Amino acid sequence: MKYTPVIGLEVHVELKTKSKMFCECSADYFGKEPNSHTCPTCLGLPGALPVPNKTAIDWCVMIAQSLNCEINEFSKFDRKNYFYPDLPKGYQISQYDLPFGKNGEVSLSSGKTIGITRVHMEEDTGKLTHQEMGGVKTSLIDYNRSGVPLVEIVTEPDFNNAKDVVAYLQMLRTIVRYLDVSNADMEKGDMRLEPNISLTTDVSKLPPYKVEVKNINSFKFVDKAIVFELKRQEEILESGQIPPQETRGWNEIKNATFSQRVKEEANDYRYFPEPDIPPIKFTKEQISNLKSKVPELQVEKITRFVKQFSLSSYDAELLTRERALADYFEQTVAQGIEKNISAKQIANTIINKKIDHTTISPEKLVSNIAESSQIKSLDESELQTIIDKVLQDNQKAVKDYKSGKESVIMFLVGQCMKAIGRKVDVNAVKEHLVQSLK
Amino acid sequence: MNNLTIKDAREKLTKKEISSVELTKHYLTIVKTYNEKLNAFLTISEKEALEQAESADKRIGEGDSTPLLGIPLALKDIYVTKGIKTTAASKVLEEYIPQYDGTAVMLLKNAGAVILGKTNLDAWAHGSSGENSDFGPTKNPYNTAFVPGGSSSGSPVTVASEMALAASGTDTGGSIRLPASFCNVVGLKPTYGRVSRYGVIAMSSSLDSIGHFTKTVEDNAMYLQVTAGSDPHDATTPPVAVPNYTKNIAKGVKGLRIGVPKEYFIEGLDPRIKKMIEDALKVYEKLGAEIIEVSLPHTSYAIEVYYIVQTAEVSSNLARYDGIRFGKDRSHFGDEAKRRIMLGTYVLSAGYYDAFYKKAMQVRTLLKQDFDKAFKTVDVIIAPVSPTIPWKLGDKADDPLAMYLSDIFTVHANLVGVPGLAIPVGFIDSLPVGMQIFGPHFSEEKLYQVGFAYEAVNPVWKERPNL
Amino acid sequence: MKINISHVAKLANLPLLDSEKQKFETQLSSILDYIAKLNEVDTSNVKDTSQVTGLENILREDKPLPSLSQKDALFQAKTTHNGFFAVKGIFENE
Repeated sequence: MKYTPVIGLEVHVELKTKSKMFCECSADYFGKEPNSHTCPTCLGLPGALPVPNKTAIDWCVMIAQSLNCEINEFSKFDRKNYFYPDLPKGYQISQYDLPFGKNGEVSLSSGKTIGITRVHMEEDTGKLTHQEMGGVKTSLIDYNRSGVPLVEIVTEPDFNNAKDVVAYLQMLRTIVRYLDVSNADMEKGDMRLEPNISLTTDVSKLPPYKVEVKNINSFKFVDKAIVFELKRQEEILESGQIPPQETRGWNEIKNATFSQRVKEEANDYRYFPEPDIPPIKFTKEQISNLKSKVPELQVEKITRFVKQFSLSSYDAELLTRERALADYFEQTVAQGIEKNISAKQIANTIINKKIDHTTISPEKLVSNIAESSQIKSLDESELQTIIDKVLQDNQKAVKDYKSGKESVIMFLVGQCMKAIGRKVDVNAVKEHLVQSLK
Repeated sequence: MNNLTIKDAREKLTKKEISSVELTKHYLTIVKTYNEKLNAFLTISEKEALEQAESADKRIGEGDSTPLLGIPLALKDIYVTKGIKTTAASKVLEEYIPQYDGTAVMLLKNAGAVILGKTNLDAWAHGSSGENSDFGPTKNPYNTAFVPGGSSSGSPVTVASEMALAASGTDTGGSIRLPASFCNVVGLKPTYGRVSRYGVIAMSSSLDSIGHFTKTVEDNAMYLQVTAGSDPHDATTPPVAVPNYTKNIAKGVKGLRIGVPKEYFIEGLDPRIKKMIEDALKVYEKLGAEIIEVSLPHTSYAIEVYYIVQTAEVSSNLARYDGIRFGKDRSHFGDEAKRRIMLGTYVLSAGYYDAFYKKAMQVRTLLKQDFDKAFKTVDVIIAPVSPTIPWKLGDKADDPLAMYLSDIFTVHANLVGVPGLAIPVGFIDSLPVGMQIFGPHFSEEKLYQVGFAYEAVNPVWKERPNL
Repeated sequence: MKINISHVAKLANLPLLDSEKQKFETQLSSILDYIAKLNEVDTSNVKDTSQVTGLENILREDKPLPSLSQKDALFQAKTTHNGFFAVKGIFENE
């Protein structure tokens, strides 16, 4: 039977705001002493109340706009009610029917278009770790992370393979890094993925089940987990059965997914409008104001770089992976104009020489490139003649070098350079010298 | 020091006729004398109170003055107080000592008030009589076989029995106005959002109003002067300026249009209470007010809307009590709390949300329109607080629904957010009776003027209980 | 109105004794019957009211302030361990 994968993604992006979503605790919780970044609000103490973080909301809207979403002019927060030890209030403040963003779309480089169902704001939970203490299974809870702002991005079930999923995640990561709203580091947990995976034989209909996979903590596992899950489901379907609708966890040691809880009934979250937080109303002006703060994103930049600087799309992609690098490139190009250095030269240098843009200024890089291009090419036989003469004239040095004193090579290189008399590629000289000394 | 008011006490303190420490010791003695009988206080914070009194005396000595400087008062044990046990009268929080002070508490402390202790209530503010407390009911000081009303049961009793000069409460469905009228004291349910809810254990978030009890209307205004104001910690406190509540309190009611809602004068209302209110209205007429009949047509549905919205919010607000970070686990909830949590869970659950919760939200809009329309033709509305006089302890214990129906005249104001001032009007069978005055949002200044005018002519509050 | 008490109690995370269930079911059913009177009201075209303040856009600047100390955060808990809150094992895995 021919099965087509049907995959939809739920990605949670943790925002790097200074304070938490609904309280003034520092949101910089990673690596801190447990329960040292809490307050009555994020600890769920009696009498505490939430007040939303304006920056977090602005950033959520900008993420939605980067994904070409419509922004709801009227939206609100809702309570999602369920019990779990990492959820101190017994409900999570989230958004239900009026998320900040909806109906977006992105195009992957493969040409595939992915529908973005919604982009909404919610608060993170505390962190649970499990231990056995004195023979008793214990769960330990750290609420430092509780209340940190999360943006949830849900796609339509438009993915048909793992490769596109990985491409989408990379695109999403680049976008939020461009916006400078999140570090989107899967290993650190500031970008989390939950794919909903199923297989269908009839692409015009949604399959009668879907399996949610949790606990994929690294980019390298995304592909593996999806491939494993698709295979597992195919085997069940081939045997004539339908895979149970459930949540499964990815086990990176066993390289397999395993059943977490078979839900007899879907969790009834009893959503209702959050009474403690007044609704949010955006004016058209505020929405376009936020849009203007969204920088040129990677996809557009690649197109522009290819056109404007005659780069290959491969090179353009490398140069635009980080916004800072892309800006650096353009600044260097601007500097290079006076010295007649082409954008292509600059691109090649940056890429091939793996230039660290944080240590070499655009001006310096341009002058380095200018210098090395002045270096005239050397005739091989001319070089060899000079080398032979230098070796002959400096026999002691040669002996020293051959007996292990490697630093002597620089003296010999110097002698060659003197004899050549003009600016040439020092490294080429050195290479030939070393060869000749063998 | 019989019948001392805050106003009197402030004068005496300023004139140095008495110190705050002396005043505090005086009230603490009364507390210790009568608390066992009345069960009004759950916690007496003597040490802290005396420290606060000392520091108040220092400030008085420096010429400082605030409406509550040096004044001993009590707090409903639903107000979170740092370092002082806060139980919500529930076994779940029997040993809970909070790590912070709520905003209203901080404002009272900063104003130099002296906090004598925490008062009894229906557990989690679920009740209308005080009988749902996990630590025994409070008794009505006018007749200890009878209920003082609830859910703020201890606080009005402390004021009525002279254990404190004022006491705080909360009013979600009448929990200040009802016990105020059962205990012969003045009780204010402020406009929703007038006083910060931060640091008050949440019962029903869109309904909880943070108010207080005093002997007189002017005392009540002095207290509100301290607690009113928007709070950055509470996103539902509108940035409305706080007027001077006492400045024009004696303005009088000439030309005032008083609305009387016909739906509140129905068959279930004790005819003696009806007569009392009608007599009070005659007093207002004599004072120059105009009495106009109005209609609040959806009044009869207010209770249903209330028990859907309130229990839904309760079920969510009480979800945090799981015994992990503080307190005891959920098996320690009393029956009434369990009932409301389950009811609220049910009306929000899949398949029932539309029929119950959504429907209630829509009718709530109609209830709001009732008041909006009425206030176009009148300035304030006067109505009875309770359909009955206080009942005997135990009379309604086995019938939760009957208990809920004692709220029929009070819940409407909470659903709409308007303020309500309850003032004493008289006694029936030696038990106190009160009436309530409603106004539009943020009209507390006017309500005080209206209450003050009646009280000046008919100072029922002066009748002390025989303890 | 019939209410599935066991289901509701489970959703509400309330441990009920079997002996309690009948009592609550009876009480809640009669309350629900009363509340269902709301269906009489014509609410076609009526908007929801979930808040009465009329406020919008009450937001806070992104400025962090000091938190509770770890000691204060933990001191009311029954069981803690090395700075963590501790509960009996919750396991999702196999």
